[in-house]
Amino acid sequence: MAFLQAAAKRANSFTGKRSRLPYLLLMPGMAFLSIFFILPILNLAATSTQSPAASGEIGSYVQTFQFSNYVDAFLESREQFARSFIYATFATLLALAISYPLAYAIAFKSGRWKNLLVVLVVAPFFTSFLLRTIAWKQILGENGPVVGPLRALHIIGQQTTLTASAFAVVTGMTYNFLPFMTLPLYASLDRIDPRTLEAAGDLYANGFTTFRKVTFPLSLPGVVAGTLLTFIPAAGDYVNAAILGNPSTKMVGNVIDSRFFRIVDYPTAAALSFMLMAAILILITVYIRRSGTEELI
Amino acid sequence: MADASTSSRGDLKLTRITKSYSDFNAVDDLSLTIKEGSFFALLGPSGCGKTTTLRMIAGLEEPTAGSIHIGTTDITTMKPYQRPVNTVFQNYALFPHLSIYENIAFGLRRRGIKDVKSAVDKALDLVELPHLADRKPNQLSGGQQQRIALARAIINRPALLLLDEPLGALDLKLRRQMQIELKWIQKEVGLTFVHVTHDQEEAMTMADTVALMHDGKIEQMGSPADLYDNPKSAFVANFLGQSNLIDGKIVDSDGDNFVVDLFGQKVSVLKSRSSAKDASVLFGIRPEKLRIQPSDADKPGNVLTGGRIVDVSYIGVSTQYQVEMPWGQEIMVFEQNDDGIPPLAKGDGVRLSWEPIFSFALDGHEDATAGSEVEVSE
Amino acid sequence: MSTVEVPVPTLPFGKRFTRWFGRNTIRIYAVVGFTYLFIPVLYTFAFSFNDSAKSNLTWVGFTFKNWQNPCGAPEVCDALGNSIRIGLIATTVATILGTMIAFALGRHRFRGRSATNTLIFLPMATPEVVLGASLLAMFLNFGINPGFWPTVIAHIMFCISFVVVTVKARIASLDPRLEQAAMDLYANERETFRRITLPLVAPGIAGAALLAFSLSFDDFIITNFNSGTINTFPKFVYVSAGRGIPAQANVVGSSMFFLALFIVLTGELIGRKRRKH
Repeated sequence: MAFLQAAAKRANSFTGKRSRLPYLLLMPGMAFLSIFFILPILNLAATSTQSPAASGEIGSYVQTFQFSNYVDAFLESREQFARSFIYATFATLLALAISYPLAYAIAFKSGRWKNLLVVLVVAPFFTSFLLRTIAWKQILGENGPVVGPLRALHIIGQQTTLTASAFAVVTGMTYNFLPFMTLPLYASLDRIDPRTLEAAGDLYANGFTTFRKVTFPLSLPGVVAGTLLTFIPAAGDYVNAAILGNPSTKMVGNVIDSRFFRIVDYPTAAALSFMLMAAILILITVYIRRSGTEELI
Repeated sequence: MADASTSSRGDLKLTRITKSYSDFNAVDDLSLTIKEGSFFALLGPSGCGKTTTLRMIAGLEEPTAGSIHIGTTDITTMKPYQRPVNTVFQNYALFPHLSIYENIAFGLRRRGIKDVKSAVDKALDLVELPHLADRKPNQLSGGQQQRIALARAIINRPALLLLDEPLGALDLKLRRQMQIELKWIQKEVGLTFVHVTHDQEEAMTMADTVALMHDGKIEQMGSPADLYDNPKSAFVANFLGQSNLIDGKIVDSDGDNFVVDLFGQKVSVLKSRSSAKDASVLFGIRPEKLRIQPSDADKPGNVLTGGRIVDVSYIGVSTQYQVEMPWGQEIMVFEQNDDGIPPLAKGDGVRLSWEPIFSFALDGHEDATAGSEVEVSE
Repeated sequence: MSTVEVPVPTLPFGKRFTRWFGRNTIRIYAVVGFTYLFIPVLYTFAFSFNDSAKSNLTWVGFTFKNWQNPCGAPEVCDALGNSIRIGLIATTVATILGTMIAFALGRHRFRGRSATNTLIFLPMATPEVVLGASLLAMFLNFGINPGFWPTVIAHIMFCISFVVVTVKARIASLDPRLEQAAMDLYANERETFRRITLPLVAPGIAGAALLAFSLSFDDFIITNFNSGTINTFPKFVYVSAGRGIPAQANVVGSSMFFLALFIVLTGELIGRKRRKH
């Protein structure tokens, strides 16, 4: 069958001669990306090995191939690095736990409202991300409707605050990245032919077993896509930490931001950026390999 | 740019057309001539190269070698929009964002014809769907879409109309009806139709000439009757209808006939209906030509004795028997239920007889199962 | 035929409730989930009616004046104006560049195809901090100060990939036989593109543009690095979080929500009407 499919594929794409058209189409966009994405990244790599100029002027550095910048940066910020990945992991897992049943409900239990519900999942995120996060800060804050009752019911102590805490940061991150998790999950679950589940039932599987052995494995591509789309931005995020956290909840993103703007230490900021990127890329590759879904692009 | 309605009329001639891919040849050194105004069928199992051939005629594929002519015009290197050829696609390929009217008018408009209304109305009348002009394709049933696809192609009066398995997606009754209509339309309009199909009944019903393709080559070409009554290879014998092919040896010659020995029993076949290369033959006789009688009966003609019925299927129109012969092979027999005599029973001993002129002989070295459904096609 | 009344035994209420609950657990959860999703939105919307002077932290009183005078706090409208201007420019450019790339990838074979695919994917996989910081560093190196145009450039950069992915998906779902049919019916390559390909891909391009605009409008991190002194709406909210966000910002946020909801729902309804016909 393989060569028939190959023949059919060749038969279907009608491009006779090798024309220059694709290159013309690509050139403007790829040129743009080369100048404004690749070049900056390369420049960042170069910056990461610079050291302060002899003039002592703030913000001026020279290239010295000082790779020790990486070591220094890592040692200084290893706490924030670890925290970033821990928070991101928590947020991703929480998002998965919250989103999966939601996506499941939309895919299987919503009848003709399906499309509307998908829109409703995304709708809250039309409000500005900043406004949402600040809303949470105020809802969970001293004047909000949550802390009072919780203290009255003695669920939390009289002195504990919900905001300015790791709890708030993770909560904020989870909330903000929910659609990135829900949509791929939904897309994957929606593809499952409900008759497959009926067949499982016909073959003596009860509800839970059907889920474990049929539904969940079939939704795995969505799970992988969702976790990646959540984890990657979460690891680099710093807005949630800035608004909902305190100095002890700083993440790598916060450090990079402050190195850039407040301390004007470009090489360290650059080194941290690269380490963050490298760490994420390694994690992605390992994760994708292990879950066996290579075609994500 | 060659225009569809100019003098590029004439017979379609494919000369040594080949389409190769890195690991195989979809179409292999194929040559054929299709007479202008005829209804021509390209028949064959999936993967035989018939659709590829059609697409090369349309200009949607480029041949690796060979040339294509319509009359005296060489169209081999012409783009599809330069050829006086139109196609009815397998999935109809109606433009979903255009109305039926605009779909049909599309070809005329591209050729710069401004006043299309009367032509479109006539085309819709031809396919008997005048009330659908303002609808969109997704509002039509499969059968209606198929007819609109046909109208869209025919309206351009091309030198050649290509049909790529256009009836495949229709249910049986509708398909039968469309086969008759297509044939009628072709005669009405007088265009050359080239029809690709894997359904041998369809090809034989509709076409004046049939070319049976296999592995990129033409196995046999001729009128449907020609191919059916006088197959020249096991593939043709098995693909069209059904055949019983029995290993045998030519042992004698008797005037116009060869005498063939089939496991000890002697039968005859006309020399003119033999494609055997040497003494080793596959003796062929179609199931409907066989007469089945109890062992002790005495009908004339060629005879094979010693059979035993192992299966009986009553089909209404006919009764089908599987008869096990002394040498182990099961022979198929179709008996028309036209004489009121009740069918024979399983286990009965029988003898088979037939008119000698119906038998044919093939090269004995061929694969006796080629072209039959038993063969697992690629 | 006579019908016999068979008494149907009714379960006790408790049992009926547990059974109903079990069957509908997922649906109940969905309701709870959606409520959770909308809490901050409702909060934002509610507080847009707050009669607060500057700091919108506690409820003072109900008023329409924020909605009547959304530019009462001038920084809000100023930032909003920037966000919209940046968004429109970046969306237009990114959509054009991205659509061209999508066509190249989706309809042609060429060398370097997988490398191109990877390059398109990379910006989506890079943390925003890195994207923003690296671009700023390069701008500074070349003596360009952060501001309006660097922000526009940054936005175009990260939007292109999303446009490519969206349009490419739409192109992939386009039956190539439609274009072949057009050519078979005497349309040359340009006419085929203009009359068949483009109209059928258009919804995908529109969707990509909408996506790009919303990404651009809502972007904070990359914008923060590259905008210098000019304010975009998200940046304004972040910066004024300390001293107090004016209620007009809530007005803007809520309006964006309703506007976007309106656009999407309209698109849905049009699509539904078209399909039903």
